[in-house]
Amino acid sequence: MSALLEVRQLTKRFGTLTALDHVDFDLLPGEVHALLGENGAGKSTFMNLLYGLLRPDSGSVSLEGVSYQPASPKDAVLAGVGMVHQHFMLIPALTVAENVALGDEPRRGFGIDLGSVEKKLAELAAEYHLEVNPRAKVADLSVGLRQRVEILKAFYRRARLLILDEPTALLTPQESQQLFRAVRAFQERGISVIFISHKLDEVQALSGRVTVLRRGQVVGTLTTDQTSPAELARLMVGRSLAPPVRPPSRPGPALLEVRDLQAQGLGPLGFQVRAGEILAVAGVEGNGQEALIAALAGWSRSQGEVLLDGRPLGRLGVRARAEAGLGLVPSDRQEDGLVLPLPVRDNLALRAYHRPPYSHSGVLDLPYWATHAETLVREFDVRPPDRRAPAAALSGGNQQKVVLARELAASPKVLVVSQPTRGLDIGASQFVYSKLLDLRAAGKAVLLVSLDLDEIFALADRIAVLYRGRLMGTVPSESATREGIGLMMLGQEA
Amino acid sequence: MRGVRLLWPLLAILIAFAVGGLLTWAFGHDPFSAYGALISGSLGSGYAISTTLTDALPLMITGLAVALSFQSGLFNIGASGQYWLGAIVAVWLGYSLKLPTPLHLLVCLLAGALAGALWAALIPGLAKAFRGANEVITTLMMTYVATYLGHYLIEGGPMQAPGYTPQSPHLLPSAILPNLVSGTQLSVGIFLAPLLAALTWFLLSRTRLGFSLRISGYNPRAARYAGVRPVVAILAALGLSGALAGLAGAVQMMGVDHRLFDSFGTSYGYTGIVVALLARNNPFGVLLAALLFGVLSSGANAMQINAGVPFHLVDVIQGVIIFFVAAEGLMRYLRLRSGGNS
Ligand SMILES: Nc1ncnc2c1ncn2[C@@H]1O[C@H](COP(=O)(O)OP(=O)(O)OP(=O)(O)O)[C@@H](O)[C@H]1O
Ligand SMILES: [Mg+2]
Repeated sequence: MSALLEVRQLTKRFGTLTALDHVDFDLLPGEVHALLGENGAGKSTFMNLLYGLLRPDSGSVSLEGVSYQPASPKDAVLAGVGMVHQHFMLIPALTVAENVALGDEPRRGFGIDLGSVEKKLAELAAEYHLEVNPRAKVADLSVGLRQRVEILKAFYRRARLLILDEPTALLTPQESQQLFRAVRAFQERGISVIFISHKLDEVQALSGRVTVLRRGQVVGTLTTDQTSPAELARLMVGRSLAPPVRPPSRPGPALLEVRDLQAQGLGPLGFQVRAGEILAVAGVEGNGQEALIAALAGWSRSQGEVLLDGRPLGRLGVRARAEAGLGLVPSDRQEDGLVLPLPVRDNLALRAYHRPPYSHSGVLDLPYWATHAETLVREFDVRPPDRRAPAAALSGGNQQKVVLARELAASPKVLVVSQPTRGLDIGASQFVYSKLLDLRAAGKAVLLVSLDLDEIFALADRIAVLYRGRLMGTVPSESATREGIGLMMLGQEA
Repeated sequence: MRGVRLLWPLLAILIAFAVGGLLTWAFGHDPFSAYGALISGSLGSGYAISTTLTDALPLMITGLAVALSFQSGLFNIGASGQYWLGAIVAVWLGYSLKLPTPLHLLVCLLAGALAGALWAALIPGLAKAFRGANEVITTLMMTYVATYLGHYLIEGGPMQAPGYTPQSPHLLPSAILPNLVSGTQLSVGIFLAPLLAALTWFLLSRTRLGFSLRISGYNPRAARYAGVRPVVAILAALGLSGALAGLAGAVQMMGVDHRLFDSFGTSYGYTGIVVALLARNNPFGVLLAALLFGVLSSGANAMQINAGVPFHLVDVIQGVIIFFVAAEGLMRYLRLRSGGNS
């Protein structure tokens, strides 16, 4: 079979950094081809080149045997290439149909023929199992539904090649399953898919072939059936990875105690996290996780008691809580955790710049910031190890390292971490896990809020399940089963 | 990166001059002699340079005011109103108080700054902080209030000087900023500009407050996570921006006008927005950008007299600069939207 897409010796540089280095890649019609690689390996850069968002420095691409050089996403769309980005590009204030039609509106007189858009959408939705209400406002849709809209938008423009850049990073397990069903439907209709994911089980379940990128180079293209997660992981990081070891816990006194906590969409609920313990809060997204974090962080008003090492946090503000020993890694590192345009140096000072040694009587001690950043960047192996680089230029894994480094540098007694490995590759996830386990070994308390059961079972000593803002119960992880936790996540007693 | 950042504003200026030149040519004038007259009229003599600096000074300070608010993520569009409040208060104290010279100057300048600060922070600031009211709208509305207030005060109001002319009494000599170049309107106030630029730069990039303001400007949610209280950040940003704009008004009155005239049409506050945009909100860039506008305004007359080109051509050049600066801002915004990736 002749290839739909042929990429030869494609190279892209950003300044001195070679993000893609003479990449060869083939995509067959109707193939689901997975693209694997560490954070910063160049996956998104590669896809952005195919979608016309970036221009290559050298190399060639042909689509159905014809030279393909998109100068903009518009060219890509005309050539039948669609892309769903790691971050969505929809306009929240518009409806689904309006978003889909945007830039390609069917005219009727002076107006837009939204009726025909809606009809076409309904057909596409039925064909690919991607039901969504065309009249709903995008702002009101869940993440999973927004993604459907992005996909439908691509098909509305007759895409024959669909690029999915980490489509499952933000999805619940159920939403991921629905997405997979849709991808199989694409495949049956001869549509080719390039699928980026850090989750090896997804790659195995979905793809026919997999290409592994490492530091911008292709280290192999394999038939998925004939490979194993261990082999893929080794190709990705260049060495084999040992799973994290969790020695038996010897919990001490409670360091974080929550009693009758109540806030908008939350509680009343109570729990304890003891010294030397990791308590995981499991749950389907949107069951009160964000409200819990906001209440603990001091972002929102709440009733009830929160005690940190016996000291009531009461009405203490964000800074006072941090100074009392409460560290926080928020769920969304780009929206909450970092100021993307600012350099790594400033981001590493973000939570403590108001006090010595970061500042003295209102004046910042920038030389201190620099040495502090230099130390942390080395210690946490942030790449590139450049404290002057804006946080926006780092890959997701390295951004997370910055957030984690900052929180751990304040030596918190209690660390609240939410979805610490979302969008992170295996190597980076392992790094985060080892840091959390170090904290546990040092007798600190960790509250892990996560949607990922693998992560929870790898780390937690006890698992609490959040459902509709309340705790369904707390079970020791040794005696917990996935099925049991899964049922509790759906609101049933295990 | 730095090179690229400077490139666009320079390009905008070049294109604007090219368009202006084409227009001059299309209307039958020689663009080279027009620009020659513009340059020699604005920079060609001590007198010309003094006039250019005089014209640039209020723009330098209002430009700083706007740049500070932009860096804090707030759009203080009403620097004009704060400018007028500063002018009104400085003039009032300048003719009614009897104080020794240095003290009188200081009191008038500080009171002008305070008036501008309150004009921005009290209503727009509190409304934004507690009710989320858009500061673009509120500061603009407060500008109308300031303008009408000024008209009232000198047109039959308590600040009208005896007689029929709508103007305030003349400042006392003790409240007038000493003249720097005799025969021109350039006062020692010009030394304030680099001082204020340096202070603004220091505040924004070297102080705790400035860092709070900038992170609030870049990412309010991350600022919350960093423990910045939005109310404080909003009041501080608008207050400081208003203080600068008010100071601009005071300096203009005490250095150039010496009394409040019925000239509420002048729009240093609005031009300050363009100056800040052109300077990319960099305080030192603001000085340069304001200087360019000073050149345009002081050279325009020479262009008309010596080259016969209507000075409205200068308005066209300004318009084209504004257009390209704004277009570039838009492009940057779009690139930010589409370039984002983990
Ligand atoms: N616009 C840019 N300017 C400079 N460097 C960039 C730019 N975009 C990406 N990079 C760098 O290029 C490299 C590849 O980045 P890319 O986003 O393609 O990685 P990725 O494989 O998609 O990673 P992730 O799994 O985190 O999404 C990284 O080192 C990144 O820092
Ligand atoms: Mg990516």
